[in-house]
Amino acid sequence: MSRRLTARSISRRTLLAGTAAGATIALTRFPTPAIAQAAPFKLGLLTVKTGPLAQGGIQMEQGVLTYLKEKNYTMGGRKVDFVSADTGGNPAGAKTKAQELVERDKVDVILGPLAAFELYAINGYIQQQKMPTLSLAAADNLTQRQPNPYLLRASATSSQAMQPMGHYAATELKLKRVVTIVEDFAFGYEQMGGFQAAFQKDGGCVVNKLWPPIVTPDYTPYIAQISGCDGVCQGFAGSNPLRFMKQYATAGLKYPVVTGETGADDALLKSYGDEAIGLVSACPYTLDLDSDGNNRFVSEMLKNYNTVPGFYAAGLYINCEVVDAGLQGAGGDASDKQKFMAALKAVSLTDTPRGPIKFDHLNNVIGNIYIRRIGREGAKYGLKLWNKTIKTYENVSQFWVWPEQEFLAHPVYSRDYPPLTKC
Amino acid sequence: MTFWLLLTVNSVTFGGLLFLLSAGFSLIFGLMRIPNLTHGSMFMVGAYLGSTFLGGALGFTLDFWAAAIISALEVAVLGALMERLLLRRLAGQQLAQVLVTLGVSFMVADLCLMGWGGDPISVSTPAGLGGFVRVGLAVFPLYRMAVIGIAVVFAIALWLMLERTRLGAMIRAGVDDPQMARVVGIRVSRLFTIVFGLGAGLAGFAGMIGAPILSVYPGLDQDMLPLALVVVILGGTGSLLGSFLGSIVVGFIYNFGQALLPELAYFVLFLPMVLVLVLRPQGLFGGRLL
Repeated sequence: MSRRLTARSISRRTLLAGTAAGATIALTRFPTPAIAQAAPFKLGLLTVKTGPLAQGGIQMEQGVLTYLKEKNYTMGGRKVDFVSADTGGNPAGAKTKAQELVERDKVDVILGPLAAFELYAINGYIQQQKMPTLSLAAADNLTQRQPNPYLLRASATSSQAMQPMGHYAATELKLKRVVTIVEDFAFGYEQMGGFQAAFQKDGGCVVNKLWPPIVTPDYTPYIAQISGCDGVCQGFAGSNPLRFMKQYATAGLKYPVVTGETGADDALLKSYGDEAIGLVSACPYTLDLDSDGNNRFVSEMLKNYNTVPGFYAAGLYINCEVVDAGLQGAGGDASDKQKFMAALKAVSLTDTPRGPIKFDHLNNVIGNIYIRRIGREGAKYGLKLWNKTIKTYENVSQFWVWPEQEFLAHPVYSRDYPPLTKC
Repeated sequence: MTFWLLLTVNSVTFGGLLFLLSAGFSLIFGLMRIPNLTHGSMFMVGAYLGSTFLGGALGFTLDFWAAAIISALEVAVLGALMERLLLRRLAGQQLAQVLVTLGVSFMVADLCLMGWGGDPISVSTPAGLGGFVRVGLAVFPLYRMAVIGIAVVFAIALWLMLERTRLGAMIRAGVDDPQMARVVGIRVSRLFTIVFGLGAGLAGFAGMIGAPILSVYPGLDQDMLPLALVVVILGGTGSLLGSFLGSIVVGFIYNFGQALLPELAYFVLFLPMVLVLVLRPQGLFGGRLL
């Protein structure tokens, strides 16, 4: 289901010409910029356009297309040939489509995929193919204990926003005892691990951790287990947060709720009702950010798709900014993967929709994390609810406040780490 | 104590919703022997249509109940059309029926994604039922109590229809012995269309009734279909009483299983189904239509 959006015939022809003139392959070892710049730069996207994850996946593609439109389909001085592939939101699909992008479409860089288990599925392959990949997915360890030199993450690790959330919950919301609840999969474990570690560091205590299956039409049996606490941390993704917040309110619970980037994504605001008022979230992107970079992005999204962007669209738009800047840094030449990767890593931007970003030596982003609270005040773009920024943590790294070595000495956040302790 | 009460109330409510969903499935399978894998899709389409009517798609805003009934009627028509145009040609070929209904369910899922986008739709609880009653420590959400009431009303209405009306008598005759029913002059083929439409309409109605609890989102069909299957296998196909009791049993297993043995939530849910299939394939209450 991969789809070419521009220059289908050109890409075919280049491909044919490339294979016919097999001798020139030897020449590409010593690329001359003139040749490299003549061919279009090939941008591949792994996204999800069917099934339950499609909402985020469609936003991802809209983020890319918004950037390309704005730049008139050029990056680093070269024409861009964009190929979008639908993985169907599963690991096998991600692997197949990654292979298609690399071997058939010969892309220069891959954006995506969406989900952590998809990234884990293609990680070995992109490393072996030396394919620069700018992931949205947040599989912590791939920029930590098992770094992949060809993976660059401009979004966030799963725990990157949850760690400041833990700090905020303990120090500003003054929560003491929290029950966590999130889907039973890697993204959930890593989010709650980060929350627990940071929350307990600042004196809080996680009293119970609940893990409903990804498919849970009715959360009430889990909500019934929430007790003995003064706050709840949920980390649901996709359409699940909507259902959870509603059933939570219906069960008559009143403890304050905090969440990460997916639980109160700005793209969900139009679907949420009053039950979400008061929900506090930590997110690397906020619609509320009043900066030139963000205002331009939001108005383009509204113009192109008449939709309010959330983290998924912003994440991919920012990935495009990084690729553009990296390609410029490499003089428009992406043929030497190592050099191109080094140029991408060196990118430092000051005015992306999420504010300034740069990368650490393990290829993960350092950027702001915004703490927001849902309310009616300040709502724009026809929305009834609004995520109002109440605090900004600047230049947050994946290691939060811990020194890198101390952080990496612990096992990766999981279902059992940090363990539940009596407190 | 609150914990047990909340779970018990929720088990019965969820059972009520499951009954609305699975009664139609059970009737269709009982009469026509068609394992209708689009049943989850009918549920989802009902919810999508209903939420669209609520939003004023017809030029005016309908109230919740009107939206539920109109979407149920539309889904019933879709179901009847599907029976006439597709399934009629595959009479007696169960494998083909499974494959066709499965295929249609995928197509419906994609069409819904195209039509309504991927964003989840939140349906607010109908006016007057938004709150809850507190009795001591226990909380009884009004809407969920209403769902129980609706399920009971439908159970009784279906029972009366099957037991006391001419149509019901014809359906019973068709379930017991389709050939003999034809011989005595019952137009079994028309009966099939009616029952399929009725079953689909019930599923669509259940979708809208479930929407304030579950919300509407891509994938809702695949979330609900296995639950309907478990109910029908436990209760026995073609048995109204079986569907009703099966729904309540599954409601309890689902709620208490997830609360007490969260690690084994699916195991606990599907184990009874496996046991029934192996030990009592006709279902706990199978073989009788009531």
